[in-house]
Parts: sequence; structure tokens; C-alpha cells
Amino acid sequence: MTESQPLLSARAVTKVFPGTVALDKVDFTLHAGEVHALLGENGAGKSTLIKCLTGAYRRDSGEIVLDGRAIDPRNTLEAQSFGIGTVYQEVNLLPNLSVAENLYLGHQPTRWGLITGAAMKAGARRTLSQYGLDIDVSRNLEEFSVAVQQVVAIARAVSLSGKVLILDEPTASLDAQEVRLLFDVVRSLKERGLGIVFISHFLDQVFEISDRITVLRNGRLVGTQMAAELDRVNLVNMMLGRELVEETRQSGRTERPDGPPLIRFSNFGRAGKIAPFDLDIRKGEVIGVAGLLGSGRTETAEVLFGVSAHDSGSAVEGEETLPLGTPRNAIAHGFGFCPEDRKSDGIIGDLSVRENIVLALQARLGWTRPVPAREQAAMAEEFIGRLDIRTPNAEKPVGQLSGGNQQKVILARWLATNPRFLILDEPTRGIDVGAHAEIIRLIEELCEQGMALLVISSELDELVAYSHRVIVVRDRHHVAELAGEDITTDNMVAAIAAPEREDA
Amino acid sequence: MNARTLPLLATLAIFLVAYAVCYAQFPAMLSTRVIGNLLTDNAFLGIVAVGMTFVILSGGIDLSVGSVIAFSGVFIAVLLRDTGLHPLIVFAVLLVVTTAFGAAMGAIIHGLEMPPFIVTLAGMFLARGMAYVFSIDSVPITHEFYDTLQDLYWLMPGKGRLTLIGGTMLVVFLAGIVVAHWTRFGTNVYALGGGAQTAHLMGVPVGRTTIAIYALSGFLAGLSGIVFSIYTSAGYSLATVGVELDAIAAVVIGGTLLTGGSGFVAGTLIGVLIMGLIQTYIIFDGTLSSWWTKILIGVLLFAFIALQKGLVWLTSRERRSPAGAR
Repeated sequence: MTESQPLLSARAVTKVFPGTVALDKVDFTLHAGEVHALLGENGAGKSTLIKCLTGAYRRDSGEIVLDGRAIDPRNTLEAQSFGIGTVYQEVNLLPNLSVAENLYLGHQPTRWGLITGAAMKAGARRTLSQYGLDIDVSRNLEEFSVAVQQVVAIARAVSLSGKVLILDEPTASLDAQEVRLLFDVVRSLKERGLGIVFISHFLDQVFEISDRITVLRNGRLVGTQMAAELDRVNLVNMMLGRELVEETRQSGRTERPDGPPLIRFSNFGRAGKIAPFDLDIRKGEVIGVAGLLGSGRTETAEVLFGVSAHDSGSAVEGEETLPLGTPRNAIAHGFGFCPEDRKSDGIIGDLSVRENIVLALQARLGWTRPVPAREQAAMAEEFIGRLDIRTPNAEKPVGQLSGGNQQKVILARWLATNPRFLILDEPTRGIDVGAHAEIIRLIEELCEQGMALLVISSELDELVAYSHRVIVVRDRHHVAELAGEDITTDNMVAAIAAPEREDA
Repeated sequence: MNARTLPLLATLAIFLVAYAVCYAQFPAMLSTRVIGNLLTDNAFLGIVAVGMTFVILSGGIDLSVGSVIAFSGVFIAVLLRDTGLHPLIVFAVLLVVTTAFGAAMGAIIHGLEMPPFIVTLAGMFLARGMAYVFSIDSVPITHEFYDTLQDLYWLMPGKGRLTLIGGTMLVVFLAGIVVAHWTRFGTNVYALGGGAQTAHLMGVPVGRTTIAIYALSGFLAGLSGIVFSIYTSAGYSLATVGVELDAIAAVVIGGTLLTGGSGFVAGTLIGVLIMGLIQTYIIFDGTLSSWWTKILIGVLLFAFIALQKGLVWLTSRERRSPAGAR
């Protein structure tokens, strides 16, 4: 590592959005010839920091110095001209143009105003050969694998910027061999003296490629350490931390309900989403799911609910095998699912509180049996009272309520269908502390009434507070199951951080 | 084989097969006279279809062009009747007006982030209404310069005539091909069709390109109006109703993806010729109703949309298996 001044340094960068401080005086430095990993859960502020560096957002305060010069990029193109290039998980190139056109878009070599295709193709071939890629550059980009597209995106970013390369989850949709191809490229760029910021949820990859690691949590800097001096357990602790001030419980609930399982999932899974797993659910039991983002926890829920149909295993209730290929089937068998991203997958912002609550029940009845208006109103009033939804009346569009209240409306929607098995994906994300406690209380209440619940959360303390059992997910495998007194944050962190999935 | 040339090859194959069928029944159809007439009769449609190709490649649509052609005819006829201006000056003024009209629609589409469908639908009514304002009746054009233009032709071997307007269409197609494939503007049009957001992130001037695309379409609609007025020697506000839809059909039959980003200007020429060929066959046959043209075009459109869906499906399946990685 160079001892000279850093290539890029951000000091006390702050970004405030209405209602939240997305970045709170975060420092970040990047040296030339260094791969620096940036880690944190969703909402930790990684992407906000990246967007401030690349000009997608304007920071509210703090300064960014590149090569000894203070910069204030107004948009991504300006950041690119300063020397900061970005490659996203979703390849931001045009699939319908050829590889050469993608590399040269906006900078095509021309003669008398006409593009010289031969020069462009030769240049593209030359550029890509530096990355060990020998492909037909006149073919459309969409004909190549994501890994190749990713390398083309890197080649474009480097040729246009050339000082700092930001890789935002570049490996998320690559297989192991493709990751190796990408890492070879990253290493060669590192040798050429570029500073590389690497964002990933895969800890193995982070330790393999990075020199230093910076962890953010809730918009604040947790720390920056040399990768070689950091072990996995410490890293996971830095990322998940301990957030709830008042520890309600040290270990999980022990009064685990026994009795026959309500539904028994065996060898249930879907290739590419989540490896086959066995799971029994019982009435009145809360099963927690712990794991890092991208580990397969949301995928578990989606496969159970039929959002992505399972391709192995079966679900058995008593003697009967349940067909659970689609959400419609799942709803018909008494399942409910509150997804993680309530803005895009859950609420319908323009519809009223009442309409959102009735939605799932109406969908189950079918359009030939409309729920009578009076019944709808009564139902809305009941849930507004029961869940303490703060809204002036039942006709207010849900989009105008706060996050916590929106979450309660979705919960009410599923409770209205009176489900036997309710799946909650990150029910407490992005809502204020008061609503947070209410949702947790509600989970316990539902469980006492005999509902079976599966709750996914990245807040381990929260899982400890209400779970009878916790499943730990890593690299798209269920790697551990903790029950009763074994449910502690330390045990969960250890299971998440364990390096090999076989020994868990 | 490159997947993006497949629709073009399919169009070409259909054209050749159709021509072979026609030739088998009516050997006279291979004569240069028929070919010359084919070009002359479809000149106005071909010219406007070039503009439509750029619009559709960028992921948009331009419903106003049929009305703009009618407006152009009436505009020229009324100005020639009521003023002493030379037709060339009237042409220049007209092209400025229709280009500005197209550019204004492009500016609204980009600036107000409105769907092209609605903006150009409004443009369609506006242009048709303006044509009525100039004249409700059909206005004949009797300028002697028009007689000169109509008599200009190049005699092809076999006594076929390549008229001025037929030749104009071929020149417009050549220019369109060069612009689409050998200029930065052309690449930007494809880029917009591939994804406006991504194109913006990659530095494509989205606003400028959008305005230029609709301005080009307006310019070519004006030129098409001039050609149509030479073809018919009149301006009539009720003329060319639905030509925008014929143009869209020609573009799609020519192998351009209606969702944008993929296709060729040359394919549109073949699309126009296929449509003209069907019409010529029906004239030769003499017993078929001319509505069979519409029916066959409808069938062809369905076939092409199905072909494109199939291609998209095939390429997305191919992508699953890694191609090209070493």
C-alpha cells in the first residue's frame, strides 16, 4: 500500500433525506492499487455513499478529494470525466447494440462525420484483449453471458474514467467460474494502479479480493480495517451489530409448542434460488430466518409462497400433498406473505387503506363475490383499531401514510384472510422505533392465537426476542437450525460467519 | 449467424417468394415497367416509412404523419393557387413548417415525459384540422413546374420508367441507411430504443436525439407530402387517412422490432415493396377485391410479430448457456 496521499478521500460526507439521515459524517479513503470493500446491510448507506461519489446524489456536506483536488460531481457523466467509473450489478449497457458500439458509444471514431466501423472494431478487440477476452465484437451484447457483459462494462468504465472503479455487486448473478474471470480482471486493474471499490454480500469473495474493508451501519461508519487482520466473526458483528438498546431476552423462547406439524416441507427448494431444505411448521410457533442480505433468506420465503415455484420436494399437510406452485395456490391453502420491499411489492399507494386491506380477501373470493361495502368498512375499522394504524380515516390513500403504518396495512391485508401460516420478510425495516415495538408485539400476539409464522430479519436481537426456532441461511443453503436456549446473537453470528457450509 | 439480421432475411425471403409466385402466374410482373410503377406508386409511403423506422427504432411512434402529408398537399395547392410563389420556395417553406412541427412534438415528448402515442395523436388531429382550415375541397395543382416534374424520368432497360418521385424514395432510403448505421446520431437512435435510462447514463444526449428523431419524421412527412402532390396533382384535406398505419405496418413487416432498438432501414424498403406487390398482384388478377391487400397485410403483420416473439424467446434461451466466454 502506498503511504502517499490517498487517490480518493471522502471526509465527513453527510446526506439527509426527508425523515432519515442516510449518511452521517462518513469518512472513506481509497489508495491507488487497492481493492477496498464496502460492506453493510440494506439501508446501511453503502449505495448512498457510492451515489455521492459518482454524482448521482449531491451530498449535503463534507468533502470529496480526488488526486488532491476537491471535486463536486453534479452527475455521473461529470464524475466519469473526473476519473470515477461505476459498474452496477445490472449491467448498464445496451443489449441491442454490438459489443464495439457499447464500448465506443458517444466516442466513436469518425471520418467526415461517418463512423469508421473497422477502426472501432479493431479498437474494441484491442481493448478487450487486455482483459483476456477474445470475442466477436460485432455481435450484439445480449448474445454474451452476464460475465462477459460485466467485463465489457468494466472495460468501458476504465477507458472513460481510469482512476477509480466502483464495482457495485458485480458478482451477484455470476457463477463461480465467472467470478474467477471477473476477479482476474480486477487484479490486473489493481496492478495497473486503479483504486477499486468493491461492494458485495458474499463474504468469501470480499476476503478473497480485498485489501481493506469498510463497514457502514445505519448511515454511520463502523470502521475500516485491513482485510488480513479481520476475521469473519468480527466482520459479521460489525455489520449486524447490536441495535436494540433494551435487551428483552438473552436467548430464544423455550416454551416451544409441540404437537404434530401443521405443514411439513421436505427437500423443498428451487435451483438457483435456494438449495432444498426440510422445514416443519407448527401452530403457534415463530420461526426466525437469519442471514446476510443475498444469502437466500428472501428466496426461502418466495419459494415457500410460490412466488418462484419450487422445483424439488413437496409440502405435506397430514396425508395430503399441497400444490404450492403459485401465490394463488398458497393463498388458497391459508398462506400469507408480506414482502420485503413494500413500496414495489406490497402496498398499492393510490388505493385507500380500506381497499388495500380488502385486496387479498377479495382476490381469494374471486370477482364474482364482491365483499359488501359495509363489510369492507367494518373490516377496515376493525384492523385500524386492532393494529393501531394511524390514519385520519379508512379512505386515505396508503401512499400518504408513514412506513410503519404502511407495514401495518399490509399485515392487516393478510390477517383479513385469516391465514394459518404467515411469512413476514423484514417486517421492521425502515420504520420508527415505536412502530417497531408494536410490530414485534403483534407477532407475539398472532403466535399466541395459534398462527404459524416465519419471520425474516437482519436484526438478530429481534429474532432472539420472538423466535422459537431460528434457521440460519448462508450462500443459498439452510446451514443451521437453532432452538430455544441456543438462540443467541453470538450463535447466529457464528453460524453466519462460518467459512464452509459443510461443517455447520 | 447474427440474430439481429434474421428478421431482415425473413422479410427478404418472403419478398422473393412472393415475387416468384407472382411471376409464375403473370410473367409480365418481372418487367421493369411493373417495377417502375411499383416504386412510383409507393414513393410517398416509402419516404414517410423511413422516418417512421427511425421513430420506431428509438422506441416511439409517430401517428401524425398521414395528416401531415394531407396538410402538405393542401398547403402547397393553396399557396400555388393564391400566391405567385415558385413551387420550390413553397416546398422549402413547407419543409421548415413540418420539420418544426415534428421537432415540437419531440420536445413535448421529451420535456413533459409524455407517451409519444398521445403527443403524436394530438399532432395527427392538429395537422388534419389545419388542412381543413386551408381548404375543405380538393384543390387541383396546375403549375407548369409540376408538369416538368411529372415528366422527369429515367428510362430503364425494358422501357420501365424510374420517375422522379420513385427515384427520390430510393435516395431517401439510401440516406436513411447511411444515417442509421454510419453516424453517431444513428447509433444514438438504437441506443434510445435499447433503453432510454441506460442510454442517458452512457452519455447519449436523450433530449436532443428525441427532438431530432421526430423532426426527421416531420421533415420526411413533408417531403412525402410534396411527392404525393406531384403524384396526384392535387391537395385534399381528406387524403392519406391511415397512411401512418400503413407506414408502421411496412416498418414492422420490414423486420423492425415495434418495441425499438432492433431493425434496419433497408428492411422497411422491402416491407413497402411487399405491400405494393400484393396490391399489384390484385390489379393483375382483376377479380379479387382490393380489400384482399388489407387482409394479406394483416396476416403478414401477425406472422412478423410472432416471428419476433419467437426470436426474442430463442435469444434469451441462448443467453442462458454462456456464449463467447473463454
